[in-house]
Amino acid sequence: MTLDIRTVASSELHNEMMRLKQERHMDFLVNLIGMDWGEEGGLGVIYMLESSKTGETAEIKTSTMDREHPYLQTVSDIWQIANIYEREVYDFYGIIFLNHPDMRRLFLREDWQGFPFRKDDKPEEENPLRMDNEPLADTTKEYFINADGSVGVKENVIFAPDDYVINIGPQHPSTHGVLHMRTRLDGETVTKIDPVLGYIHRGVEKISESLTYPQTLALTDRLDYLSAMQNRHALCMCIEKAIGLEITPRVQYIRTIMDELQRVASHLLYYGALVMDVGALTAFFYTFREREMLLKIFEDNFGGRLIMNYNTIGGVMYDIRPDFAKQVKEFEKALRKRFHEYQDIYSTNIIALNRMVGVGTLSQEQAISFGCAGPTGRACGWHNDVRKRHPYALYDQVEFKEIIREEGDSNARHLNRMDEMLESLNIIDQLIDNIPEGDFQTKRKPIVKLPEGSFYQAVESSRGEFGVFIESKGDKSPYRLHYRSNGLPLIAAMDTACRGEKIADLIAIGGTMDFVIPDIDR
Amino acid sequence: MFDFSIITKWFHTLLTGVMPEWLAIGIECLIVLLFIILLYAILAIALIYAERKICAFFQCRLGPNRVGKWGLLQVFADVLKMLTKEIIKLRQTDLLLHDMAPYFVLTASFLTFACIPWNKGLDILDFNVGVFFFIAISGIGVVGILLAGWASHSKYPLIGAMRSGAQLISYELSIGMTMLTVIMLNGTMQFSEIVQQQADFGWNIVRGHVPAVLAFLIYLVAGNAECNRGPFDLPEAESELTAGYHTEYSGMHFGFFYLAEYLNMFICGAMAATIFLGGWAPIYFPGMDGFNAVMGYIPGFIWFFGKAFFVVFLLMWIRWTFPRLRIDQLLSLEWKYLMPLSMINIILMALVVCFGLTL
Repeated sequence: MTLDIRTVASSELHNEMMRLKQERHMDFLVNLIGMDWGEEGGLGVIYMLESSKTGETAEIKTSTMDREHPYLQTVSDIWQIANIYEREVYDFYGIIFLNHPDMRRLFLREDWQGFPFRKDDKPEEENPLRMDNEPLADTTKEYFINADGSVGVKENVIFAPDDYVINIGPQHPSTHGVLHMRTRLDGETVTKIDPVLGYIHRGVEKISESLTYPQTLALTDRLDYLSAMQNRHALCMCIEKAIGLEITPRVQYIRTIMDELQRVASHLLYYGALVMDVGALTAFFYTFREREMLLKIFEDNFGGRLIMNYNTIGGVMYDIRPDFAKQVKEFEKALRKRFHEYQDIYSTNIIALNRMVGVGTLSQEQAISFGCAGPTGRACGWHNDVRKRHPYALYDQVEFKEIIREEGDSNARHLNRMDEMLESLNIIDQLIDNIPEGDFQTKRKPIVKLPEGSFYQAVESSRGEFGVFIESKGDKSPYRLHYRSNGLPLIAAMDTACRGEKIADLIAIGGTMDFVIPDIDR
Repeated sequence: MFDFSIITKWFHTLLTGVMPEWLAIGIECLIVLLFIILLYAILAIALIYAERKICAFFQCRLGPNRVGKWGLLQVFADVLKMLTKEIIKLRQTDLLLHDMAPYFVLTASFLTFACIPWNKGLDILDFNVGVFFFIAISGIGVVGILLAGWASHSKYPLIGAMRSGAQLISYELSIGMTMLTVIMLNGTMQFSEIVQQQADFGWNIVRGHVPAVLAFLIYLVAGNAECNRGPFDLPEAESELTAGYHTEYSGMHFGFFYLAEYLNMFICGAMAATIFLGGWAPIYFPGMDGFNAVMGYIPGFIWFFGKAFFVVFLLMWIRWTFPRLRIDQLLSLEWKYLMPLSMINIILMALVVCFGLTL
């Protein structure tokens, strides 16, 4: 969809945001996107808001012309997720948020010079390959305005010298990748978590700015590799809608089915990873057995098992094979038949229930404030399914339930994912027999140029709302491409969810949150 | 039932006939030592192979099948690999304690191993307070684990060691109490005598009926916890503490912990077989003389190993099924449920024995 962004003066920002939150109930900060509009537009931020009650949306932008000392007001006191989003913007654009309690870099090294997403920054010149260890500060800076209007700095403590801090990660069996959580312990009890991100930060968004639109597609599969299909779907859809390209019904069917198959594959892997985390090693193999069938289907149809590269602008890469429907039905039958095994060995096990019920509870307000969409948010009673909120592809034509639970604990998150698998099968059931004949690729011009403007498209990926934001100046490549990560809010919420729980719970909560690190680091 | 002491006595008289007694005893000790070490190694290899195969079948896999027929040589290959690996010295560790820790664990395991009555007349350490001795020396293992965690000078091992200390000391209570119930039933603390009584009057688990079955179940849970195996594998909890107390160990020092873990599992199974399932005593059904005679021909040590491995299989089954407990749940299971239950069980057993209600 094309965004209509309203400009707010930087001095009015905080009041305006407060007003939106309180009067129009804009409690979900979908995106907070740093921008560099060059000499004429200055440095700025685009805020995308949504109301969890009414579903109405608002897009706001603000900017400052000062490139040496760009100051903007923080909104981290209004939405908790803004804390980490603003750190990302500071990291990439050097915009300092006043009254933000923790102005550290998020992804890059603390001794990094310059701000790489600025259009005039030359990161290669100032940042040689460093052979020394990465410094990790125990203190952080907070900037604020003094009474006389000057900017003051004060130091905030993250970890005191005599805190017992243990590094969980970056190399750890249960962080599902190179995630580093500095965890303060009191005995076995977790009292604080400080995530250190960026170990596999590749700058996908920055790289995309120098690629043509068809080239940017290749990188989406490498973000959340368990939602490869949906991610690429989102980017393709965003571009297609921007250039007004019509998609054949056959492609819509294929894309919807593939999205759901991908969701099932992701949740099967989630189950395996979770049970590994809590020490039930046998159950892990049960879902991998079924996932293998699914990967075989993917491999047969387009050659990829993890990185699919399937969607293209205007269609899909290859047509599905004639026996696709048969294969999918066989898989579906096998999964439905064996689904009770997963429940028997783990979900209804007394030890597993003790480990999950009432552990790592997030309230609905917290989930929305952190923007933890997807099964995690739905476990807190928040109706946030993009397929229902902003239907795309064929989701307005199929019948399916939005799985909602109210408890907000690990068990609710776990059961939500298990139920979603069956719900995905129901969606596939309705589509698989009526895939219409037609082209699998719409003809388009070889060079894709988006009209000037801002575009946003969200899809429901396997773990929440995955969004693509494109700002175009009418060129062959995007002026700014931003992906809404699902993992970042989940990591941000870990501190809240884990405080007061045991280390073992930290691992189990991480398992039920189901974050994927490349998606966080991008 | 064949009495093995005939052979040992004959051997002893043979030796004393040609040499002074102290030399004879010295030579016998040496032979026994060799026997223990050999059996220990063979059992460890058998157990590791069994665990790999059994867990593979639980997990819809094949297990090792490349090295040797059915992967039989896989464990030998792994042991060889382990032996050739470097033992890493870390700069900040307390070297003496760090190197000592695995030997503590191994020594405890060896000594408890020596308490097991293998066959009638074939026991290595057998005296009138055998059960007491067994419980006492099995406690040495905790020292080794605590030392390993402390001397590593690293946070994960320290947490693992603290967990382990809390866990092992707690569950030793239950083990002690279940053994106490058996002692009450048999009226002796000598292992050979306990088994002999079972051969004469029927297995303890049958003879002591309700309290004995209860004690057996408690023993299985507590014994599983004593072995640091899932669902009680918190001290090494791979997914939380990477490898727990032996994170900083490498090569054969790690191998010793690994060996001891497997042998402790066997010792746990063997003890269950000895005190509940009749040790080397064969199955007897009163009145079925033909059947009993056939059972009597099967050597005692085969009965013993059969029963021990049956319990070991139970332990493996449990490990590969259940998720891991949390430390507070683990402790509350012991202190709030198992301990009171085993105390009540002792009273129950006392009543059963006093009023002659044994079967």
